[in-house]
Amino acid sequence: MPTSARTRPARRKKNAALHERRVTRLFLLPSLIGVAVFFVAPFGVVVYYSLIDNPISGEFAGLANYASLLRNIAFRQAARNTAVFSGIAVPLAVVLPLLFAVLLMKKLPMKSLFRTVLISPLMVPIASVVLIWEVLFHNNGVVNEWITALGGTAVDWFKSEYSQVTIVLLYLWKNIGYNMILFMAALAEIPQDVLEAAALDGAGTVRTFFRIRLPYLSSTILFVTILSVINSFKVFREVYLLTGDYPYDALYMLQHFMNNTFRTLDYQKLSCAAILMGAVMIVIIGVLFLIDRRLGRDIEE
Amino acid sequence: MKKKLTPRAVGIAGARLAATAFLIGVSLVFLMPVVLTITNSLMSQSEIASNYGKIFTGVTTPGTYVSSSVNLKLIPDTVSFSQYSAVLFRSPDYLMKYWNSVILVVPIVVFQTAVALVASYGFARFDTKFRTAVFFGYIILMLMPYQVTLVPNFLVSDWLGILDTRRAIILPGIFSPFAVFILTKFMRRIPSSVVEAAKLDGANEWQIFTRVCVPMSKSIVASVALLIYIDYWNMVEQPLVLLRGDAQSLHPLSVFLSKINAGDAGLAFAVATIYMVVPLLLFLYSEEYLVEGVSYSGGLKG
Repeated sequence: MPTSARTRPARRKKNAALHERRVTRLFLLPSLIGVAVFFVAPFGVVVYYSLIDNPISGEFAGLANYASLLRNIAFRQAARNTAVFSGIAVPLAVVLPLLFAVLLMKKLPMKSLFRTVLISPLMVPIASVVLIWEVLFHNNGVVNEWITALGGTAVDWFKSEYSQVTIVLLYLWKNIGYNMILFMAALAEIPQDVLEAAALDGAGTVRTFFRIRLPYLSSTILFVTILSVINSFKVFREVYLLTGDYPYDALYMLQHFMNNTFRTLDYQKLSCAAILMGAVMIVIIGVLFLIDRRLGRDIEE
Repeated sequence: MKKKLTPRAVGIAGARLAATAFLIGVSLVFLMPVVLTITNSLMSQSEIASNYGKIFTGVTTPGTYVSSSVNLKLIPDTVSFSQYSAVLFRSPDYLMKYWNSVILVVPIVVFQTAVALVASYGFARFDTKFRTAVFFGYIILMLMPYQVTLVPNFLVSDWLGILDTRRAIILPGIFSPFAVFILTKFMRRIPSSVVEAAKLDGANEWQIFTRVCVPMSKSIVASVALLIYIDYWNMVEQPLVLLRGDAQSLHPLSVFLSKINAGDAGLAFAVATIYMVVPLLLFLYSEEYLVEGVSYSGGLKG
């Protein structure tokens, strides 16, 4: 830095830091440009589309598009189905992995094998296993044969009010491993001396779990819950691969609505739906951050 | 130390036994879909027809034997590789779709990791207000479902004239913020003393990045690449929206598999198996990387 030769060392140091900051900003550039071009800038246009009458006249329409979307029967059906799915799948996607993680932290034979098996579905493309799901849950499938053999009445799993069951099972099979890893990582971070002290005090397994492990886990439980809510909004892949573009009514998800709207290129509808979904997500994420911050403060205190 | 058979010890042993039995049961259920897919891919066409004729109608030709009940069998009556030879030699369509998957996923894995690695150094090196805000934006973008992100992706692809080409999927994939998120979390844990030491040795920022930070990040980079790979190997939403009409011939196998005619159910088992071979083999060698990567994704703070 020839120009700063006369300045004091402190000043020079400050200039150097400023220079470093500028240089490292360049590292962000490729990513920032890509995100701006493919996500942020077009999202601005999405907002614009959601507020205009139609792309040709470009007249400002206020919230009329949103109102008509909220009245749209297909959209309401998709939103309701997605909500039902989340309501069933999310609690299971939190409790089951937690249970498995706690068991796998115990001294059990073959526990690394169990872990491997439980996380293996993470690697398997859904498309590779849908055939088995069809064989199991088809109207003439294996599950119905079991049911009738036991004297029950067969259920048309893909085309009845029970259809979400098949999707929930597939979703859990695929996603339990991920949440289990998060819980195992959190369990491993509980200080051993706290657990030992509890054991010395004669606290049983159940009491140790609720009094000591659970409070330490609360922030992870929250994170996994929110993550599962978000992931449950994404459920579509499973339904699509099992039942295609036009599934049974109870399986019509938000992404089905989007796909079918993409086909007609109704930009107003698409934009409104994207923004509404985004807004819901941001509210959920915001709640996560607030609670996370509060919990973090509790542990520090 | 000799163990005494106190009631408490018996209770613990019993609980351990019960837990093990429970986990064995759960493990069998978890393994079943993959194992059955693989073993069913080794059945001949006539065996598939007799076992599943009632489900995959069209798998049978007039006169073939169809069992009155559906047989979900773990072990084929006779092991046959006829489905595989049919896929590999007589149905080039499936191999083309497999190639579609490869050509879409490989560039995304390589370039998303590369772009993110560079960016993560930039994010981790200084915690200015601007960078914290941008990083926060990345987290929000990362958590957005496809319903939200595909609309902007579609619009840009349309403007750039790359709609219905592979680039419509690859380019947004490269700039997806997921890898940035995990790698930044890792980079922030590199002690600043390491960076300061390199600076004293006269290294500039690029040299600190390439000679100090990148070598330290090898294992997390492997984890991230693995996570990106399994995510995109399983993609469905993007091709359905961004590759339309004639471009459907560019669909990856993860979409095409579900469109195989019921008549080709036997083939479908073989194709399904072929499609999961690479991820499963990778898993056997890299389970620890997978676990590390997933663990890093936990928690939204650095």
